[in-house]
Amino acid sequence: MTDHPAKRLAFEDFTTGETVVFHTVTVSAADIVDFATDWDPQPMHLDEEAGRASPLGGLAASGWHMICLIMRGMCDGFLLNSTSQGSPGVDEVNWLKPLKPGDTLTIRYTVLDTRISRSRPHIGLVHFLFEAINQRGETVATIRNPIMFARRDTAEATP
Amino acid sequence: MTDFEDLEIGHEADIGSHTFTAEEIIAFARRWDPQPFHIDPEAAARSLLGGLCASGWHTACVWMRLNVEYGKRLAAEALAAGRQPPRFGPSPGISNLKWPRPVYVGDTISYRWRISGKRPLATRPQWGLVEHEALGVNQNGQPVLSFEGKFFMGRRLS
Repeated sequence: MTDHPAKRLAFEDFTTGETVVFHTVTVSAADIVDFATDWDPQPMHLDEEAGRASPLGGLAASGWHMICLIMRGMCDGFLLNSTSQGSPGVDEVNWLKPLKPGDTLTIRYTVLDTRISRSRPHIGLVHFLFEAINQRGETVATIRNPIMFARRDTAEATP
Repeated sequence: MTDFEDLEIGHEADIGSHTFTAEEIIAFARRWDPQPFHIDPEAAARSLLGGLCASGWHTACVWMRLNVEYGKRLAAEALAAGRQPPRFGPSPGISNLKWPRPVYVGDTISYRWRISGKRPLATRPQWGLVEHEALGVNQNGQPVLSFEGKFFMGRRLS
């Protein structure tokens, strides 16, 4: 055993119904333009005027940027200190409100369900709802997806 | 394809392919998804994934970039033919996203989309909502990414 699994979040540490705030992040216009330049170079994500001409009403972040902000927040907030084994997919992503320069997102999860994998009994699946909420209390984006975690009693067998 | 009105349900497009390098996989993951199996080859070898592989969001972001570049090619073709270029708006979301296999170092992923539905919007008469299926397939013909998406597209202005 190379580490101490008890210090890391394992499958058993997630309880159906619990809501946990795990991250906050503020985005700048430069952040929005940088991400869009790399991955989603549409004018509404690169330029204030083009954003105003679009349904977004001004320069606004790519939806993929919102996802990546939530993903990074998940890593820093709890995943890197866990027995995470990745995710098979995502049920749903909703982009509900534009994310604009200067906005601060508070990111939280709610555990929707937990179950042990039938085919890999040393793994458990935790179904999460992730919500990113801006400084006005508006939900900007949600992600619903399962993440696989090693179970605590078998965690020493996996990295 | 110029406007919402011209889109045919069932229309498919190859939007391009991309080969994933270790440097690029690690650079994306360090910024957005720094889990060990995306940044550390040794930890990756011990994980369920069995080797260094791209963040699932990295494989999806490449789809998006190729999609935007494809849209720009369509716009340039329309302009060259003397037509108005298509207007693409934002997306309300995606669903049913699957990563059935990891994308490992050196894999070349071919990306495509298919139009699966469309409807005009009563609340925004200048825009229609288009539904599509996105797909990424590796060099062995195995799917590595699929999802269903929606986006707004400009309607013909009368």
